[in-house]
Amino acid sequence: MSKLSKPTLLWLQSITCNGNTHSFFSHPDFVALMQKFEIIHHPILNTKYTLEDVVKGNLACDVLVLEGAFKKNGMKKMNKEIYTVAKNYAKKAKHIITAGSCATFGGMFRQYDTQSIGGFCFDDEVPNEIYKLFKKKLISIPGCPAHPRWIGSVLSMILTHRQIPLDELNRPLEIYGYNAHVGCSRSEYYEWKIDASKYGHKEGCLFYEHGCQAPFTHANCNKILWNEVSSKTRVGTPCFGCTEPTFPKKNLWHTTTLMGMPANMPIGIPKRAYLTIAGIAKSFTIKRLNEPIIKYKK
Amino acid sequence: MSQDGKRVQKKESIIKVALTLFSVYGFHKTTIPNIAKRLGMSSGNLYNYFPSKEILAQEIIKYTSEVLGAEIRKINQQKKLSTDKKIHKIVEVYFKMAVEKPEMIEYFLRVYLSHREVFVGECQRMVCVASFITEIMIFFSDGVESGDLRDQDFFSAFGLFMGYLGGMAFLNGEAMLPHSLKEYTDDISQNIYNALKT
Repeated sequence: MSKLSKPTLLWLQSITCNGNTHSFFSHPDFVALMQKFEIIHHPILNTKYTLEDVVKGNLACDVLVLEGAFKKNGMKKMNKEIYTVAKNYAKKAKHIITAGSCATFGGMFRQYDTQSIGGFCFDDEVPNEIYKLFKKKLISIPGCPAHPRWIGSVLSMILTHRQIPLDELNRPLEIYGYNAHVGCSRSEYYEWKIDASKYGHKEGCLFYEHGCQAPFTHANCNKILWNEVSSKTRVGTPCFGCTEPTFPKKNLWHTTTLMGMPANMPIGIPKRAYLTIAGIAKSFTIKRLNEPIIKYKK
Repeated sequence: MSQDGKRVQKKESIIKVALTLFSVYGFHKTTIPNIAKRLGMSSGNLYNYFPSKEILAQEIIKYTSEVLGAEIRKINQQKKLSTDKKIHKIVEVYFKMAVEKPEMIEYFLRVYLSHREVFVGECQRMVCVASFITEIMIFFSDGVESGDLRDQDFFSAFGLFMGYLGGMAFLNGEAMLPHSLKEYTDDISQNIYNALKT
């Protein structure tokens, strides 16, 4: 591909912790992938244009990557409302990527002021007034942060003109069609309803008492893993459900129960079906699963 | 009717007769020849349907659990019904069964609870009573979710509810109650609700 034919990419930040920018740096093919774009502006990389140039609103933009939550008034950069700048480039762009939960749903920053701070096109799961305008080119990549491969694979699909099937929140199904439970190394403990006694141990499931959100969180974390090696649940930490519009939740580390039964059912599983299976599974004591995987000599 | 259909029907007729005999004579005094004789079939033929008395006993508890579970499911599915009314309906169903199909309750009390050694292996703990227990779980879960019932350990609530009903059915079976079971429905439903409500 010649340099002239490279699609232009503009990475624009609003109210953010930089988490998605840094996460994406961990992509093993970050440099090769970014070289396939003409980077108009990026908050950390050296780029041809400065933020001052960007806010004037005249630059080319095929792919707009937005990071951070938005506030219509009062979040200025270079004396320009960043929301207005983002909307201007969103109109020009062929693809709009909201990278991370803040840009997508409002995320952590929305908790400060739910009246004025939200995602670019959603406030939590509710589409806002500009959603209709941009929905055909909007690709949501929520996560706190977004997995580097999620951003990378969407950019690759754009580069290769691949179809990107989306769910009702504009999340790519290749990534969010799974739930985070899929691929969890603790699935046997989940099936037999054996909870983890402590965090950070090899044994036990974190769903029953420790608040793991994986069965109702759309993400493929346990399928593709983080840093190519692991995931929260694999190391014994509950999934926080960071790709969902309900993130951040209160009372993390704690499973809400109704008389000992989980208040929230795994995605698409009727309560009657779940409780039938759970009751039967709990009726059996599986010795192997109630013992340590490795018995260290004292 | 297909061969499979006939077999299912025959198995159910065996279960019903065996259920009655077990509930009257107890587990040990009821034998496969007794059951076969009552059905007008040979013991050998009966073994074609159930390979042992223990397995027949396990199938019976599954059957009774499914019958009672199906009744409670109908109540659970009435989403607009308040929790106190659901309790009343569950008590009604249970007492009606104790009166009209006493063998079901008797079997539970005199065979299932008294001969735990029979209900092991594939029938241990909740496995064979899953249909019934699941509906009670759903009732409690919905009750807490609606704010009507106090959140607590499942078994402390389950024991209070079902232990109470089982006890009354037992007293009725022993002809120790001065009134009919039906007459106790209102008071017992109210007592259960008062004990479990928020």
